[in-house]
Amino acid sequence: MEFFSALSTNLAFGFDQALTGSNLFYCFIGVLLGTAIGVLPGLGPVATIAMLLPITFGLPPVSSLIMLAGIYYGAQYGGSTTAILINLPGESSSVVTAIDGYQLAKQGKAGQALFTAAVGSFFAGTVATFLIAGFAPPLAEVALKFGPAEYFALMVLGLAASVALAHGSLIKALAMVILGLLLGTIGQDLYTGTPRFTFGYSEFADGLDFVALAMGVFGLGEIIRNLEDERKRNIIVSRVRDMIPTKAEIKAIIGPILRGTALGSLLGILPGGGALLASFGAYTLEKRISKNRANFGKGAIEGVAAPEAANNAGAQTSFIPMLTLGIPSNPVMALMIGAMIIQGIVPGPNVITEKRELFWGIVASMWIGNFMLLVLNLPLIGMWVKLLTVPYRMLFPAIMAVCCIGVYSVSNNPVDVYAMAVFGVIGYAFIKLDCEPAPLLLGFVIGRLLEEYLRRAMLLSRGDPFVFFQRPISAVLLILAILALVIVLIPAVSKTREKAFHEETK
Amino acid sequence: MPAFIKSPKDFFAGLMFLAIAAVFAYGVRELPIGTAFRMGPGYFPLVLVLLLAVFGLIILIGGIRVPGQPIGAIPWRGIALVTLPVIFFGATLKGLGLIPALSITVFSTSLASRLWDLKTSIAITVVLVVFSWLVFVRGLGLPLSLYGPWVGGY
Repeated sequence: MEFFSALSTNLAFGFDQALTGSNLFYCFIGVLLGTAIGVLPGLGPVATIAMLLPITFGLPPVSSLIMLAGIYYGAQYGGSTTAILINLPGESSSVVTAIDGYQLAKQGKAGQALFTAAVGSFFAGTVATFLIAGFAPPLAEVALKFGPAEYFALMVLGLAASVALAHGSLIKALAMVILGLLLGTIGQDLYTGTPRFTFGYSEFADGLDFVALAMGVFGLGEIIRNLEDERKRNIIVSRVRDMIPTKAEIKAIIGPILRGTALGSLLGILPGGGALLASFGAYTLEKRISKNRANFGKGAIEGVAAPEAANNAGAQTSFIPMLTLGIPSNPVMALMIGAMIIQGIVPGPNVITEKRELFWGIVASMWIGNFMLLVLNLPLIGMWVKLLTVPYRMLFPAIMAVCCIGVYSVSNNPVDVYAMAVFGVIGYAFIKLDCEPAPLLLGFVIGRLLEEYLRRAMLLSRGDPFVFFQRPISAVLLILAILALVIVLIPAVSKTREKAFHEETK
Repeated sequence: MPAFIKSPKDFFAGLMFLAIAAVFAYGVRELPIGTAFRMGPGYFPLVLVLLLAVFGLIILIGGIRVPGQPIGAIPWRGIALVTLPVIFFGATLKGLGLIPALSITVFSTSLASRLWDLKTSIAITVVLVVFSWLVFVRGLGLPLSLYGPWVGGY
């Protein structure tokens, strides 16, 4: 009972924070932008949040994180619209929604599919909000007892999971993580102040600019990639007629939404998880167990309900490791951690107690944001359909303009702009050579902390590396990390993994 | 492409990682390494450089032994028309001011599209400059002058 009374006090406190005029405004801007970029193919939440990071400097921490969070889960709603209407994933986590959603649209059932996606997302978002509120505080309490060895092990597990879940070759993903960690060491050494890898340039004394790196790799690199196979999109926007599903359809989607929410919430918490993995997992599960499985791929409403519930649940529960442990489980969370550091907040288990208004404000804003999204996406669907007709050739100059002004405004220094251009080329090279950049960003963000905990743990153990295996929690975490990598190497698993990612990118 | 490279994507990825490792190895030289007990500023980076070199080498060897995909044409035009305008923006923002610098940047980058046409390009430029002025200068109050000293502003 005590659990619930604490929960309701905390949530009430959170709603007090989130319901102020300005926070409601930023929440609305976040979900509105999120839906827009979710709808637009070629622009995802990672690039958008990277672009907006500099703008959040001037905002209070609560408002800025509420807005950035809104972009991420808002994109899950918007992505489904594009997937259903034009068979293109507006956002990577909607790839599987397109399979059955587009078939439904072709049968004239676009309205019902959109309704199912929005309601499924809303339900999942509500459940996930309560999961965060309920489980984050006890988890943070456990984490407070962690020493440097446990933290080091936890971060290694996070990185290992991001490698195991990366697309394509395992060894390339490993190299990308290491490269990210290495890029993170540029700048002054924490303990001695010795400049590292600055090659005489004082501009690099504070390290590489996180915003320039993220915008370059995920913004400019993606633009070059998208321009490569730019073609006139055939937009046959099916008319959206009745949105209200029949009784039989409502009965059919309840199960998938519940299962999608459960699986999505679980997969979101895992290091390396998030919306993408959640939607894919939920679709696969539903395809296996649904009574209607023969119809999958030919317009099964269950195939829209489950992944859409799951991707929203996963997007939200991936905040749990970020808020409680300071560990990013995906690139969006890495950017959120960047946003916190920029605001002068040290990510970690102390955030919940020391920045109570921030934590509970974000949690409460998620429910409010989900409610706004339901309104934005159901009655206003026509507006988003219009947005779909914006061609890429009008979109990318806008992305460029925002990136340029944004990265310059970080420190009013042209060097950051040049760095962004260089990272754009490098980012494109990564894509071209099949090296997925997500693990690099994770490595870059937690590199400094990883080194700090490693050095502290080794000081405490007087240089004995076995300390990581003598302490039970750290030993378990490291064994899990090794298992995550070994499992991927098992031929049977690696085959399904390749097939899965292949299906996903088709 | 030389015949011994069976998978260009892997070969050049490996080469890239090795080259980056070499640059960082050069930088590690001057850093005190220390011991495992008291790690110096160079300890952690050195471990990373070695790991990166090993992984790079494995990927490179894989590119020689296991057949894979070709890299495909490199879109020089797209790369140039995305990065050069960015560099131009960085170099001229202070001198030219926001309006001229951004106009030239946006207009020139719009040429990267293969579906380019003049009318849309001019329209996008005008819309984006007005948008940036409204949002960044008026709305967010970024300290950017609209016309810089090179064009008679301040």
